[in-house]
Amino acid sequence: MGLLTIPPTDVLIQGILSGILMGFVYALIAAGLSLIFGLMEIVNFAHGEFLMLAMYTAFWMYALFALDPLLSVPICALVLFGVGVLVYYGIIGRILEGPMLAQIFATFGLGILLRAAAQFLWTPDFRQVPDAWVAGPVRLLGISLGLPLVVASLASLAAFAALSWFITRTETGVALEATAQDRQAAALMGINTDRMFALGWGIGGACVGVAGAFLTTFFYVFPDVGSTFGLLAYVAVALGGFGSIPGALVAGVIIGLIEVLAGLLIAPAFKYVAVFLLYLVVVLVRPQGLLGKF
Amino acid sequence: MNRRMRGRGMLAALAVLVALVVPDVASAQAPEVVIGVLYPMTGPVAQIGIDARNAINVALDIINNRHDLGLPLAVEAGLPRLGGAKIRVVVVDHQGKPDIGQAEAERLITQEKVHALFGAYFSSVTNTASQVAERMGVPFLNADSSSPALTERGFKWFFRTSPHDRHFSVVMFDFLKDLEQRKKVKFKTVAILNENTAFGSDSAKVQEEFAKKYGYEVVARLPFKTGSPSLDAEIGRLKAANPDVLLPSIYTSDAMLFTRAAKNLDYNPKMILAQDAGYTDPKFVAEMGREAEGAVTRAPFAMDLATRKPLIPVVNDMFRRQSGGRDLSDVPARVFTGFLVLADAINRAGSTAPAAIEQALRQTNMPAEQLIMPWTAVRFDETGQNTGVSAILMQLRGGTYYTVYPFELAAQEVLYPIPTWSERK
Repeated sequence: MGLLTIPPTDVLIQGILSGILMGFVYALIAAGLSLIFGLMEIVNFAHGEFLMLAMYTAFWMYALFALDPLLSVPICALVLFGVGVLVYYGIIGRILEGPMLAQIFATFGLGILLRAAAQFLWTPDFRQVPDAWVAGPVRLLGISLGLPLVVASLASLAAFAALSWFITRTETGVALEATAQDRQAAALMGINTDRMFALGWGIGGACVGVAGAFLTTFFYVFPDVGSTFGLLAYVAVALGGFGSIPGALVAGVIIGLIEVLAGLLIAPAFKYVAVFLLYLVVVLVRPQGLLGKF
Repeated sequence: MNRRMRGRGMLAALAVLVALVVPDVASAQAPEVVIGVLYPMTGPVAQIGIDARNAINVALDIINNRHDLGLPLAVEAGLPRLGGAKIRVVVVDHQGKPDIGQAEAERLITQEKVHALFGAYFSSVTNTASQVAERMGVPFLNADSSSPALTERGFKWFFRTSPHDRHFSVVMFDFLKDLEQRKKVKFKTVAILNENTAFGSDSAKVQEEFAKKYGYEVVARLPFKTGSPSLDAEIGRLKAANPDVLLPSIYTSDAMLFTRAAKNLDYNPKMILAQDAGYTDPKFVAEMGREAEGAVTRAPFAMDLATRKPLIPVVNDMFRRQSGGRDLSDVPARVFTGFLVLADAINRAGSTAPAAIEQALRQTNMPAEQLIMPWTAVRFDETGQNTGVSAILMQLRGGTYYTVYPFELAAQEVLYPIPTWSERK
């Protein structure tokens, strides 16, 4: 325990690269969560299940219509946008003024409902897309990386850039940020905060939709798949700072890196020990997270 | 208390007493035998639970109805020495969690009043559930958990029909030595990759012990949490250590993730010698069989043994009807066998009293002709372990498993080394 073993350079570089790449994917998943929290201070405990729904959407597009997951990306984004909006109008909108406990239990319960429904409808069997367009290794200077991971992370980066552009450069996006900063002031300025909230949930869902579609190219899909990624997403949001989108990016990459490095240098069993240890340290030293505003 | 209250109190006490006594009298004359069955019916290995239940349904059909087969209890309907009593099962889902297994075992015994327990696939769950059975003096028959520790606890009420990982490891390491001679190669190093519950941990422990005994160096020991989203770090370590033989003890989800990740990261082990579990799950074979070309696994059962055992196709047909077209595989074959052994013992006991069943189990001596497993017999030693067990090794070729060891039983020659990813396609 605690003994560092330095692997050969090419393995180390491969690890660092794949950690960063995976971090971009974690970041995109976390971005949606962070957006929703920034808007209305609600943690979407069903966020992992949103991801699960996105992955199932991509899978069924493949199984029923032979659509490669890459082609399903816009479909998943749209579907999850719809899911986000539906959840907002159907559930969240009604409990916004309620006690925090009610808000927590609402999304938590939704998560459990979604998971059970998925299991009932689609069985607990694992699903895979066996011959996605992106498959196999990509070799660069003697380093081999998974092509699906490379594509997924580049897409996540692109989605992040799009999200940032949207928030800072478009009128709707600026209105969204304004609502996040000060709900009442935004309302006073004539912004329809209810619609902003719904939009926030929709975009949060769409982020996860994109991530989910790409994850289906190299992950198995099953009703519980949301929990593994969901947990890391919560850590990324808390580490990066609740409500901070750039924070989610930084934190996602950090988590991806720490996960792989701890695994390579110490022992794979310590992967998450290191991640959560770092999180604890940051929370104690800087509770608002690395880039958080609260 | 005045007299009226006392009168009412005594009436109430009398009513309670009657309520307590009458059901006991009724249950003592129960015309059926109830067995509590614990399996993971939901969760990542839910398909195993479904397979197990279908196998039990086949066994129940054979026991409770008339069949002209050379299997125990087939010919008559029900258990003859219990007046034709039929067997009923209460199936519970432990979701792969030891605490749920424990709670359900207690509930089955105290509320469902089962006469015996059967299950539970995950060694970790079998561990806790059988502790309950031991404490309450109820027989527990296990057909499918392979941690050796389960029969090393000095339990009186625990019986296991299937081989455990010590048996399997002997076969696996003997295979390595025999393969060295056959292919004129020399293995020097092994790496152990295991999930970290009872199954994987105990398997890894045994394999480390055997590696030392057989003279192999363990260059990497990699426990991980089953269901992890990423095995990249583990594969990185494996690439760095570059063992001659990889020994995985992992469940289905991990096996699928590992195979994919190995392809993406271009990890090319020359020999994979797996401890069953994920590698023999039909789900894994269906989805990743072609990618896992060349993987060798120990198995207690293989369908291509049907040529030597005429009972196998018959039972397989019944299983296909129950399961909607799935063939028998490792777990349902063992479950079917174990359940028949338990039913046979209850029949020989001629009673549902726990002590009688336990005695009858101890005296079990089922011969090979009545088994679909390639075992010499079912006979339990003092620890409750079946001593008639044997194992085979099979290898994935073109998406199907073929028996490759012992070489005399082999259907195909061993493919060594496993072709690299760039050599395939």
